Amino acid sequence: MEFMPSLYTAALRMTRNPADAEDLVQETYLKAYRGFAGFQQGTNLKAWLYRILTNTFINSYRAKKRRPEQTEMDDVEDLYLYRRLGGLEAAAAGRSAEEEVLDHITDDDVKAALESLPEQFRLAVLLADVEGFSYKEIAEIVDVPIGTVMSRLHRGRRALQRALFEFGMEHGLVGER
Amino acid sequence: MGDCEDAVRRLYSFLDGELDDARRSDIQHHLDECMPCLEAFDFEAELRQVIAMRCREQVPEGLRERIAQALQQGFPSVGAPELPSFEL
Repeated sequence: MEFMPSLYTAALRMTRNPADAEDLVQETYLKAYRGFAGFQQGTNLKAWLYRILTNTFINSYRAKKRRPEQTEMDDVEDLYLYRRLGGLEAAAAGRSAEEEVLDHITDDDVKAALESLPEQFRLAVLLADVEGFSYKEIAEIVDVPIGTVMSRLHRGRRALQRALFEFGMEHGLVGER
Repeated sequence: MGDCEDAVRRLYSFLDGELDDARRSDIQHHLDECMPCLEAFDFEAELRQVIAMRCREQVPEGLRERIAQALQQGFPSVGAPELPSFEL
């Protein structure tokens, strides 16, 4: 069960609830073992497991929610965090103050920022930046075209930066400039 | 500044290793010459590592066992060769 830590990490970011995340991982394993005959040897086992995890999440966990999932999100400019931290104007030699800020970002900041993203953007960022899947693999896992993956991923990353900046502001990590 | 705009627009595809060779090398050349863009790219690359590193979870106590039990119950033919023969 070597993939369990990363499946559980993804499940928790998807469901935002530890009890649901455990159930989701368990259901994923049951489905994977039952459906193992459908797995083509030599193809990507991790991606196959994530596809089961994602489908199970979308089909059963999301359906439990009363509110429809938010799919609209404000557009955020490129390099949001870097610009806010003063980077482009003050590109000095050596390790910059902007990079120092990165050292002080906490686990809670990153988790909260990820969980604040609407689901489809959260999934794309999670699969790419946390799990390291390629655009093509994400397209297969989520079952959308590659262009859609890229657009969700790029917008999701920029929104994640804004969320990180806002959480950072809350506890004084970054100040107004 | 056209080159800078182009570089920033393709920043994510570049960092994701999803650009074709020609575009990739255009951006690489630009970064070799443009310190502000290089700094911005480095920041984005480092931020990504922070994100990946900062949201790992420990598997809760007991989840592995619960799943192993559920798997055994889900497969009435326990002891049949197919169950232990692969590890997911």
